[in-house]
Amino acid sequence: MRQKIKPVEAALAAAGALNVVEMYKKALTIRYFEEKVDWLFGRGKLGGTTHLCIGQEAVPVGVASALRADDYMVSTHRGHGHLIAKGGEPARIFAELLGKSEGYCKGRGGTQHLCVMGLNFLGTNGITGGGIPIATGAGLSIKLSGDDRVAVCFFGEGASNQGTFHESLNMASVWKLPVVYVCENNMYAMSTRFARISASDDVAARAGAYGIEAAIVDGMDALKVAELAGKVVGRVRAGGGPALIEAKTYRFCGHSKSDPRTYRTREEEEMWKGKDPIKRLAAAAAEFIPGSEIEGIKRGVLAMIEDAYDAAEKGSDSSTDAALDGVYAKREDIVPQGNIQSA
Amino acid sequence: MEYMQREKISYRKAIYRALDRVLGSDEKVVFMGEDISEYGGAFGVSADLYRRYPSRVISTPISEGSVAGAAVGLSMTGYRVIVEIMFMDFITLAMDQIINHAANIHYMYGGQVSCPIVIRAPAGGYRGYGPSHSKTLEGLFLGIPGLKIVAPSTVQDAWGALISAIYDNNPVLFIEHKLLYNMEGEIDLDYKIGPIGRARIAREGADVTVVSHSYGTHLSMRAAQELSAQGIEAEVIDLVSLKPLDIGAVAASVEKTGRLVTVEEGDLSGGVGAEVVSRVVEDCLPYIDGRIVRVGKPDVPIPASIMAESRVLPGVDDIVDAAKRTLSWE
Repeated sequence: MRQKIKPVEAALAAAGALNVVEMYKKALTIRYFEEKVDWLFGRGKLGGTTHLCIGQEAVPVGVASALRADDYMVSTHRGHGHLIAKGGEPARIFAELLGKSEGYCKGRGGTQHLCVMGLNFLGTNGITGGGIPIATGAGLSIKLSGDDRVAVCFFGEGASNQGTFHESLNMASVWKLPVVYVCENNMYAMSTRFARISASDDVAARAGAYGIEAAIVDGMDALKVAELAGKVVGRVRAGGGPALIEAKTYRFCGHSKSDPRTYRTREEEEMWKGKDPIKRLAAAAAEFIPGSEIEGIKRGVLAMIEDAYDAAEKGSDSSTDAALDGVYAKREDIVPQGNIQSA
Repeated sequence: MEYMQREKISYRKAIYRALDRVLGSDEKVVFMGEDISEYGGAFGVSADLYRRYPSRVISTPISEGSVAGAAVGLSMTGYRVIVEIMFMDFITLAMDQIINHAANIHYMYGGQVSCPIVIRAPAGGYRGYGPSHSKTLEGLFLGIPGLKIVAPSTVQDAWGALISAIYDNNPVLFIEHKLLYNMEGEIDLDYKIGPIGRARIAREGADVTVVSHSYGTHLSMRAAQELSAQGIEAEVIDLVSLKPLDIGAVAASVEKTGRLVTVEEGDLSGGVGAEVVSRVVEDCLPYIDGRIVRVGKPDVPIPASIMAESRVLPGVDDIVDAAKRTLSWE
């Protein structure tokens, strides 16, 4: 059955508004999801640790607006926002954080090991810089298959001091792989300011050494990120080789759940909070839809997050018996494309 | 390429043929490594494969960590990948991707995906190459769940185990001792390729069980000959697979002989012998009828001097002495 497009939506789409409104909804989903996770940790309802991306939402949302469903994405330890931007369902991410069987990884991965193969989301990653060569391999895979997908690789500025960053950029450039490296530069590698530990002012400058085109963007502005990502992804998809985007951003919260933030001033935090990407997106969306609708979106997303959490909480705890199973893939478990049948 | 059904070839050639067979039968197999194009691989294994499969035999930069990571990315997206690590010592540079990623991925992602990667690692000393080009590091990997380890000692097993490893849906560390490359043996292409995890009885004997793998199996066979001349019959078990470990085969032999020697080139602390002995003691203590002895490298780096190296690495005499010591509790 064909869906009827309401005239008002058609007009908005024509004006590019639908995209803006969708981006606003997505960013808000990430913000409310992260705030709920923060609240849950505060009340001892989640185990382990977590790394929230509150303040950085513009980057995943802006980049994802340029992607297709079949593009690959590799994320970081701070990855809830990336997965939501790629289409991850909040209820199943909550379930994973809660250690429920309904979680994307049956509760075995948790926050730093969240993979959704059905979305071509190749995982958040608990090792700083660990995802960079994996995304590079996904790019090689695309190149060998000869199609026009891209692999997007998120990483933080701290990871640009890892060897894997330099090795991978070199390989991707030599082999002209369709990889878009997206650095979320939030200025602090855990507690250490980038300037204090890095010989270059910008991560983008490092790409030049490997013959990779790089651009810096205001990572607090989803529309600017989206505009740049649109151009860059298009060029990479067309076979132009790898590219790097450095988004200057800021996490409003601490590095992980227990971070007193002694390494930065409250004044600096307030200055960055003045650039809140959610407020900017709300203002952009208000150009196209009335204020009452903005309020309606907020209420709707908030209710959706609460419902998602409630649904996840009702799930089954991952069985302690199953904890010993599935270490090895069986021969019949997974049949990757092109699995050879017999010798 | 068509090969003769039965033929005498080298260990090196057996690996080449297994690679050729798999690359030739499946477009979704990729082989990566340093200097595997014109140079033909540091030990000459890859030879002309790069010419026959130009897009899928990929000579890489010297970036073991990211090559292993790229193998993870390739394998998660539908490829089977073989990675050649030029010397096993260099695998230390790829540890993060092997341990935290490839070996974890099937379990930690809830079974959605796995990493069919074979890491081929030429290992071993006796060649005067010194501390960074001579090691056998299998002991480091025994405690890594999600990883399998094979170390075949014969030409036939090299061919069969490599094909099995490539077909396996898990990451497999494939250890090739450098002294085996030129060794010749018969290969039968109809050889039944089983799953990884079976040991092989290389020699039957009633007096003492000698458990080894890779080049150590050959040292053990020579020791068994000397022992036989002295009236002691050793049963030599070639583990072939170190993980999973076919402890059943070892236990069955120890229950028969009541005596056990383990032989390895790696460090004694935390090594294959340590694992085998622990499991034998747990499973068959009532059958033990003499001192248990591990032969291996004492916990020292491998010196470059050939004379010093031969003092450090195990030899035939060490195995003969060890076997005799198991004959009593003295």
